[in-house]
Amino acid sequence: MKPAPFDYHAPATIDEAVALLARLDGEGRDAKILAGGQSLMPMLALRVARPEILVDLRRLGTLDYIRDEAGTLAIGAMTSKQAAADSALVRRAQPLFQAATELVGHRQIRNRGSVGGSFAHADPASEYPAVALVLDTGFEAAGPDGSRTIAAADFFITYMTTALEPTEILTAVRFAPFPAGRRWAIEEFARRNGDLALAGVTVTFDVDAGLCRNVRIAAFGVQATALRLTAAEALLEGRPAQAAQFDAASKEAAAALDDPMSCIHASSAYRRHLVGVLTARALGQAAARPH
Amino acid sequence: MPNKQRVEVRVNGTRYVREVEPRLTLADFLRHELNLGGTHVGCEHGICGACTVLVDERSARACLTLAVQADGCGITTVEGLRDPSSGALHPIQQAFVDGHGLQCGFCTPGFMMTTLELLRCTPDPSEEQIKEALGGNLCRCTGYQSILDSVKLAAQRMKPSTPA
Repeated sequence: MKPAPFDYHAPATIDEAVALLARLDGEGRDAKILAGGQSLMPMLALRVARPEILVDLRRLGTLDYIRDEAGTLAIGAMTSKQAAADSALVRRAQPLFQAATELVGHRQIRNRGSVGGSFAHADPASEYPAVALVLDTGFEAAGPDGSRTIAAADFFITYMTTALEPTEILTAVRFAPFPAGRRWAIEEFARRNGDLALAGVTVTFDVDAGLCRNVRIAAFGVQATALRLTAAEALLEGRPAQAAQFDAASKEAAAALDDPMSCIHASSAYRRHLVGVLTARALGQAAARPH
Repeated sequence: MPNKQRVEVRVNGTRYVREVEPRLTLADFLRHELNLGGTHVGCEHGICGACTVLVDERSARACLTLAVQADGCGITTVEGLRDPSSGALHPIQQAFVDGHGLQCGFCTPGFMMTTLELLRCTPDPSEEQIKEALGGNLCRCTGYQSILDSVKLAAQRMKPSTPA
């Protein structure tokens, strides 16, 4: 239960960090970025991960911010989850992201865990990637060739794998404005409060003249990465925002899932069942939420 | 041999400087480098909460924090709860004694440090808020009810007295 030995660097600037990652990558060294450490540290302790070198971003105070950029909410990658959960700006501008953040772990974890870390870690059971898919989150990465923005749809590749290059650092996440009146919900099932979810579903949609528009449904904890449930979305699009339609969409959400993953805590069939139940709950809760 | 790192921290008001291996956790640093054994180490991978301490006034799992990450920080451990001049127990400690909030005591330092942050942020917590706050700490003896009672008792005793 003790991490294997590693070398350690704590660069003082983003440029220094990027240059260091480029040098280490060039030398073929196995370096890993340490942000808040709340996912990486257990992996080190269990020796599931044994990197040669940790590059700690703790000195990059410039990546700790929450701000409104002309209607777009921007959060620095090293901002703590608790800071995001407590932020009045986040609550007002991105209520779904705020609610998802409160579902992550416990306060001790959220105090140290970073906003950027969970996106870059891309655990399939994490709330964040699914929320990013429905919210059109943009990921800003700094690398040797400057910075680039990656759309959520292109960011999550597979199990704990993102579009980030080994020489890149996630520096910020940006959320497209969340229209007033848009309905949202996130529902998950975990064995204990604060555990990673066995399965979860998040939804957003607008209601125009009683009809569902811009329906987005994403699931987490069921496959190698979070995924949009497009068949259920299509079924609900343009239909009345009513229980019978939500029921049909949630059945489709479960039925259309391609081979949900299985583990000792939840079989594939059980996860499929959960996605149906959670989709129905989320749609109903979103429709009922005062707005 | 990995490069040793200099760590300077202030723990319960006392400054310490050590050279440590980067892989040393804050929990092991407190226990083995500083001989502060009050911070207990249970699961060592962030599940049980026994090692909870405050880092710059915010609760953290000391097993999920490297000592090097705490460089420059102020740490509060369970040893910092007692009144340094009188030696009197902190109201949270006294409430855990009076409320039978512990049996074997292994998890207790973590529960008390979690409670310290809770009551600083939420001086008059509801039962739901207490349960949510304590959700990251495991106890295998008490069945939790007496811990809830102890936290309520501490909150009651620590509440600033309101004018009649």
